[in-house]
Amino acid sequence: MAFPHRPDAPELPDFSMLKRLARDQLIYLLEQQETRGGWEPEWRRQQRRGVKCRPRSQLPGKKDLFIEADLMSPLDRIANVSILKQHEVDKLYKVENKPALSSSEQLCFLVRPRIKNMRYIASLVNADKLAGRTRKYKVIFSPQKFYACEMVLEEEGIYGDVSCDEWAFSLLPLDVDLLSMELPEFFRDYFLEGDQRWINTVAQALHLLSTLYGPFPNCYGIGRCAKMAYELWRNLEEEEDGETKGRRPEIGHIFLLDRDVDFVTALCSQVVYEGLVDDTFRIKCGSVDFGPEVTSSDKSLKVLLNAEDKVFNEIRNEHFSNVFGFLSQKARNLQAQYDRRRGMDIKQMKNFVSQELKGLKQEHRLLSLHIGACESIMKKKTKQDFQELIKTEHALLEGFNIRESTSYIEEHIDQQVSPIESLRLMCLLSITENGLIPKDYRSLKTQYLQSYGPEHLLTFSNLRRAGLLTEQAPGDTLTAVESKVSKLVTDKAAGKITDAFSSLAKRSNFRAISKKLNLIPRVDGEYDLKVPRDMAYVFSGAYVPLSCRIIEQVLERRSWQGLDEVVRLLNCSDFAFTDMTKEDKASSESLRLILVVFLGGCTFSEISALRFLGREKGYRFIFLTTAVTNSARLMEAMSEVKA
Amino acid sequence: MDCYTANWNPLGDSAFYRKYELYSMDWDLKEELRDCLVAAAPYGGPIALLRNPWRKEKAASVRPVLDIYSASGMPLASLLWKSGPVVSLGWSAEEELLCVQEDGAVLVYGLHGDFRRHFSMGNEVLQNRVLDARIFHTEFGSGVAILTGAHRFTLSANVGDLKLRRMPEVPGLQSAPSCWTALCQDRVAHILLAVGPDLYLLDHAACSAVTPPGLAPGVSSFLQMAVSFTYRHLALFTDTGYIWMGTASLKEKLCEFNCNIRAPPKQMVWCSRPRSKERAVVVAWERRLMVVGDASESIQFVLDEDSYLVPELDGVRIFSRSTHEFLHEVPAASEEIFKIASMAPGALLLEAQKEYEKESQKADEYLREIQELGQLTQAVQQCIEAAGHEHQPDMQKSLLRAASFGKCFLDRFPPNSFVHMCQDLRVLNAVRDYHIGIPLTYSQYKQLTIQVLLDRLVLRRLYPLAIQICEYLRLPEVQGVSRILAHWACYKVQQKDVSDEDVARAINQKLGDTPGVSYSDIAARAYGCGRTELAIKLLEYEPRSGEQVPLLLKMKRSKLALSKAIESGDTDLVFTVLLHLKNELNRGDFFMTLRNQPMALSLYRQFCKHQELETLKDLYNQDDNHQELGSFHIRASYAAEERIEGRVAALQTAADAFYKAKNEFAAKATEDQMRLLRLQRRLEDELGGQFLDLSLHDTVTTLILGGHNKRAEQLARDFRVPDKRLWWLKLTALADLEDWEELEKFSKSKKSPIGYLPFVEICMKQHNKYEAKKYASRVGPEQKVKALLLVGDVAQAADVAIEHRNEAELSLVLSHCTGATDGATADKIQRARAQAQKNQ
Repeated sequence: MAFPHRPDAPELPDFSMLKRLARDQLIYLLEQQETRGGWEPEWRRQQRRGVKCRPRSQLPGKKDLFIEADLMSPLDRIANVSILKQHEVDKLYKVENKPALSSSEQLCFLVRPRIKNMRYIASLVNADKLAGRTRKYKVIFSPQKFYACEMVLEEEGIYGDVSCDEWAFSLLPLDVDLLSMELPEFFRDYFLEGDQRWINTVAQALHLLSTLYGPFPNCYGIGRCAKMAYELWRNLEEEEDGETKGRRPEIGHIFLLDRDVDFVTALCSQVVYEGLVDDTFRIKCGSVDFGPEVTSSDKSLKVLLNAEDKVFNEIRNEHFSNVFGFLSQKARNLQAQYDRRRGMDIKQMKNFVSQELKGLKQEHRLLSLHIGACESIMKKKTKQDFQELIKTEHALLEGFNIRESTSYIEEHIDQQVSPIESLRLMCLLSITENGLIPKDYRSLKTQYLQSYGPEHLLTFSNLRRAGLLTEQAPGDTLTAVESKVSKLVTDKAAGKITDAFSSLAKRSNFRAISKKLNLIPRVDGEYDLKVPRDMAYVFSGAYVPLSCRIIEQVLERRSWQGLDEVVRLLNCSDFAFTDMTKEDKASSESLRLILVVFLGGCTFSEISALRFLGREKGYRFIFLTTAVTNSARLMEAMSEVKA
Repeated sequence: MDCYTANWNPLGDSAFYRKYELYSMDWDLKEELRDCLVAAAPYGGPIALLRNPWRKEKAASVRPVLDIYSASGMPLASLLWKSGPVVSLGWSAEEELLCVQEDGAVLVYGLHGDFRRHFSMGNEVLQNRVLDARIFHTEFGSGVAILTGAHRFTLSANVGDLKLRRMPEVPGLQSAPSCWTALCQDRVAHILLAVGPDLYLLDHAACSAVTPPGLAPGVSSFLQMAVSFTYRHLALFTDTGYIWMGTASLKEKLCEFNCNIRAPPKQMVWCSRPRSKERAVVVAWERRLMVVGDASESIQFVLDEDSYLVPELDGVRIFSRSTHEFLHEVPAASEEIFKIASMAPGALLLEAQKEYEKESQKADEYLREIQELGQLTQAVQQCIEAAGHEHQPDMQKSLLRAASFGKCFLDRFPPNSFVHMCQDLRVLNAVRDYHIGIPLTYSQYKQLTIQVLLDRLVLRRLYPLAIQICEYLRLPEVQGVSRILAHWACYKVQQKDVSDEDVARAINQKLGDTPGVSYSDIAARAYGCGRTELAIKLLEYEPRSGEQVPLLLKMKRSKLALSKAIESGDTDLVFTVLLHLKNELNRGDFFMTLRNQPMALSLYRQFCKHQELETLKDLYNQDDNHQELGSFHIRASYAAEERIEGRVAALQTAADAFYKAKNEFAAKATEDQMRLLRLQRRLEDELGGQFLDLSLHDTVTTLILGGHNKRAEQLARDFRVPDKRLWWLKLTALADLEDWEELEKFSKSKKSPIGYLPFVEICMKQHNKYEAKKYASRVGPEQKVKALLLVGDVAQAADVAIEHRNEAELSLVLSHCTGATDGATADKIQRARAQAQKNQ
C-alpha cells in the first residue's frame, strides 16, 4: 500500500518561501507609510503606457478591510485574522453586494481585478459622497491590477478618490508539490471568452519561480495558451536578465499544458481517494469541510488535506477500492499500539503517554475522519448507481456500445439526476466521438432544456464554442467550410486568434489519439488495483489520462520528436514547443524534478497519476495549476445560470 | 626647469599667477572683438559672435552675422541674423545660445546654429525696449535678467521652466544704473545695482539700499561690478580707481586695492580657485590687464589686442583675435614642486626621477632624503596632483613618471589615484585637442563630471570620440556607448537628404541589439522631425512590442498599434489602445477594426458585458453575429426584463436572430419557451401557485403534484414530451404524493415504456414494500432478479436466476443471501451451479 518514494527520489524545493513573500508584501501594503520601492516596477509600466503617474497614497493607521469571498481561503492560508489585526486592520468584512456597515475612516479593499468589484466599490464611495462623508479608500488588487478596472473607476467618477495597489500574490503552495494560482476563472475567461488577461499573470508567476528557484534548463509545452505564456515569460526574463543568470537550476524541466489539450481526463469521474473527496465534498484551497455525516457529531469540521496528514498522505493516491482495506488495517495497527500499554510498567507507561499517545490520538482522529468520509462517499455513490455510471464512462472512453450510452445519458437527463452530471456525460460523449451525430445532438439538447430550463440554450452555445459539446459535421459540405475557416484562423495574427470559429475548426480526434498513445490498456484478466501497472489505475485501469501520457512521452524523448502525428491530432501543430539550454549546470538531481504547469486547471486524478509515474521512473513532479479542478467545476464554469 | 616658472607672477607673498596659451586662434576674424557682441560659455564652451549688431540698415550685406566657434576658433555655425536687434548673448548650462532681443524676445539656438525655440520676457518690454540683459547660471539652470527702458528689472531664474518675475521698482531711478549684476543667494536670484554712490539690492519683494562694509570714502559712482563664479564674492570698481572686494552678501570685506586708473574697465572678473584662500580679480582695459588681490602690488599684463575675459571655475580664459589664454592661480601642488629651490617632497621626487633617468646616483640621495622624512607617500601624491594641473602633456608625463618611480618604493600605495589621473588626463588631452576645442582644466572636468562631458561631446556630434572615451573608461554600456549610439541615431534621423531605408538600415547596422538602446526613442525623434515612415521602420527594430505602442498611437497609427499591443500579450496595453481607438474612430470603423482582431474583440466584449451592454449588442449587430445576438436576447429575457410581455418580446427577438443565424434548433427552442412562458402565466392566473421560470419538466411535475393530471397531460402533448420522460415524471410525482392508487392506475394505463423496475425502485425508495411487490411481478425477465432482490424476495430471485441459468445473476443473489434465513436459498443456488457445471 501507499507506495513509498524511491530512495533516490530528488528532494523538493521549499515552497513555503512563497507564502512568506506574499505575507510580507501584504503586511507591507497594509502598513505602508512611505512610497514603496522594489516590489514591482510600477513606475515602469506606467511610464511605458504614458499614464499619468499618481503618487501612491498611503493609508497608515487602523482601517477596515473588505475581502473578496474568493480571496478569503487563499488569504487564510498565508495570513490569518490575528496577523491581519496585528498590522493595523481593525474589522474584516466580506465584499458582497450590500451597503457597508463599517464606521472606520479608512477602508481598504482586497479584491480580484474584476469589473463587478469596481462597481461595488464605486457604489460605496458614491453613497458616502451623497451622505457628505469623506473617508480614505484604497484598493489592493490581487494578483494584479487591470487597466479596465481603473477605467471603470474613472467612469464611475471615483478614480481620484481611491488609491490603488497591487498584491502580487499569485502562487499559493497548497502542498509540498502543489502550487495553485487560485484562479478558477482562468478556465472560463480564456477557453470560453478568449480573454488573455491572465496569461500575463501566469508568465509573472513563472518568472517569480525562476528568480527564486533558478532557471529551468528544459522547457516543453503544448497548447496555444502555453505557448503565449511561455513567450511572455521569456520576454520578462530577457527584460530583467542577469538576475537568474548563473544560478544553478533547482528544477530541471518545465512542462506547460493547456487544459483544452485534454478535456477527457478532466471530465471523467474520479476514483482515486483525493479526487473522490474533491468530487464529493469539494476540496477548497487545500481543505475540505466534512459535514456531520462524516464527523459523526453534530458539527462540521474543516480539515486541511495535505502531506502533513499522515493518514491522508498514505491513501490520497489510492484507488478507492483499496482505501477501506487500508484504513481497517491501519485501525488494527493503531489498536495494537494502544494495546501495548497493557503489559507496561510505570516507567514505560510514562514514556508512552508523554511521547506516543499524542501522536496516536492524532492519528486516531484522522483515521476516524477518513473512515467517516469513506462511508459517506460509499453511501452517495451507491445511491446513484455509481457502477452503472462508471460503466458508461468506460464504454465511452473505449468507444463501444455508443447507442446504449447515449440512451443511458438520455435517461439520466429525463430523471433529472443532476444537471451538471448530465452535461458532463454529454460532453464526454461528444469529445470521444468527435461530436454528436445531429439527431442525438438535437434530441439530447431538447431533453436537457425540458429538464433544466431554457437558459441552458446559452450553456450549449458556450460548450459549443469551447469545443466541449459539438455536432458532427454532416458530409463534406461543412468540412469545406471548416478548412476554409481553419485557414482563416491560421492566417490571422499568427495564431493569436481565439474565437467561436477556432473551436469549429477543431476536432477532438480522441479515438485516434487514444489508439496512437495506447490510452486504453489491454487487460488480460483482472486489473490489479492494489499493485498498479500504469497510470490507468487512477481510472480503475480503464484509461490512461491523456495529459499524463503526453507528459510521459515527451519526457522520455526529451522532445516532441516522433509525436508529430499526435500533436497534429491534438490540433496543436503550431503550439508544441521544446526549448533546451545547452548549459549543463543542472545537477542530475534537479533533472529529475519536473514542474508541470496546467493552464486551466488540473484534477487530483492527474496529480495522482503523475505521482505514480514519478515513483516508477524516479522523477518527482511539482504541479502548478491555475486552480485545482474537476468535472463539476468545468461544467459549472460553462453553465449559464440565472442570476 | 629654470624657465618653467618664468611665467609665474607673484601676487603678495603667498600666491603665484600664471598665464599660458591654450590655442592660437584659427578663426579668421575680420572685425575687432569690440565690434561684436561676444558670449563664451564657461567650462571651455563655445564662443558666439554677433557681428555688426548695432547696424540699423536693412541692407542684406550688412545684416548682422551670428557665428559660433569652438574655444579653439573652429567654426561651428554661421547664420545671417534676420530677427530684431540683439541686446545681449549668453550661453545656458545646456550650451544653448540665448539671444535677448531689444523687444524682449529671447531666441534660443543650438550649438550648431539650429533654432530651438523662443520665449518672451514679458509684454511690457515691447514698448520700453530692453536696455541691457544678463544670462546667469543658477542651481536650477540658466537665468535671464533684463533691464528695460523704464528702468525696471525682470528676471527668470530658469529658462527651462519659464517663470517671469518682475522686480520691484527702484525708488527715484531716473536713468540706467551705472552697473548691475544678477546675484544668486540661497537659491533666490537678486539684482544688485549701482546708482551713483548708492547700491541697491532687489529681491522679489523689495528694494533695499546696501552699503559695502569698509568702503573707502569719496566714491561717487561704481563703474563695474563682478560676482565670482560661485556667487560667493563680489568686487566693485569705483570711479576713484578703487576696487572693493568682499562677500556677495555685502557683510564682510576681504580686501581692497587702489589702482589709480579712473577709466572704466572693459571687464572685471574674479579669478580664484575652489578651496584656495587666495582671492583675486582680473580687470581689463583696452590695452591693459591687471590682477589685483590682497596685496599692495598688482600683476600687470599688456594686452596686444582687443581681448575678452571668460570667468571659469578656477581661473579666467582670455581670448583675442589671435590667441586664447588661461590665467589662473598656480595650484598648491604645482607651487610646491616647481617653486624655485623647493625642498617639498614632490620636488625632490621629481628631481630623483630625473637623476635616475640620467643614471646618476643622486637619484638615490634624493630618494633617501624623502624617505628619511617619511614623506614618500606625500611626494607621490603631490606629483600625481600636480600632473593634473599641467596643460602640457610633456610635463604631465614627467610628473607621472616621477610618481610612478616613487610608487616603486612604497608598499601598498593604493593605485587608484594614479590610474585615475592617467585616465583623466588622457581624456582631458583628447578633448583639449585643437580639433575638439574644449580646454577643460582638471578641476573643471571634475566639477562637470564625465557624464556631462560626454553629453557635450554628443552635442558637438563628436560621437566617435565620445564612444572611444566610454570604451576607454569602461563605462557601463547603458550609460556609455549605447547612450551615445542612441544620440547618434537621433541625429542621424534628422539627415533629411538620406532616404528612410538607408537611415533605418544604417542605424540598425550600428546599433544592432546593443543593450539599453531604445529604438522607440529614436523613432520618436524621427517622428519629431516629421519622418513618420522612418519612425515606423525604426519601430520594427524595437524588440519589445509594448514599447512600440505609445509612439504608434501618437503617430495616429492606431491600428498598427493595436496589432503590436496584441503581439506584446499585454492585455492592459491592448485595452489602452482600444480606448484610444474608441475615441478616435467612429463607431462603425471601430467595430470593423475589432472584427479583425479577435483578441481585442473578446477583451472589449468582456468589458462591455459588465459596463456597456448596449454596445455589446451593437457589436454583435455590426458583425451580423446572429448567434451571439440571440444569446444576448435570451439572457436579457431573464436577466434584464421583468414583465412577462417584455420577456416574451426579448425571446421573440432572440428567435428571429437564431433564424437568421440558421440555428433552427435554438429558434424552435426559444419559440417553445415563449409558448411555455405564456402558458405558465395563464396557469398562475388560473390555478395560483408558482409556475413561471420552471422548466417544462418541472411545470408538468408541479401540475401533477397539484392534482391537475389532465392539464399535465395536455401540456406534455403540446410540447411533445417523450413518453419515457412523461412516465418517469409521473412515476416520481405520484410516488412523492404517495398516491399509490393513481400510480397503479397509471401503471395499467398502457405498457410502460420504461419497464416496471423503476416502479419497484421508487416504491422501495418510499419504503412501500407492499406496493413494490405488486410491480415486481410485472418486471421484464432481464431485470426480474434485480426487482425481486429489491423487494427482498431472495428465494424467488434465486428461482428466477436458476431458471435463467445466468451466472452473474446467481452470484448477485448469492451475495444477497445473508444470515440463517437465506441459508436454504444459498444451498439451492450452489446446487444449481454445480448442476450447471455438470451439464456442461
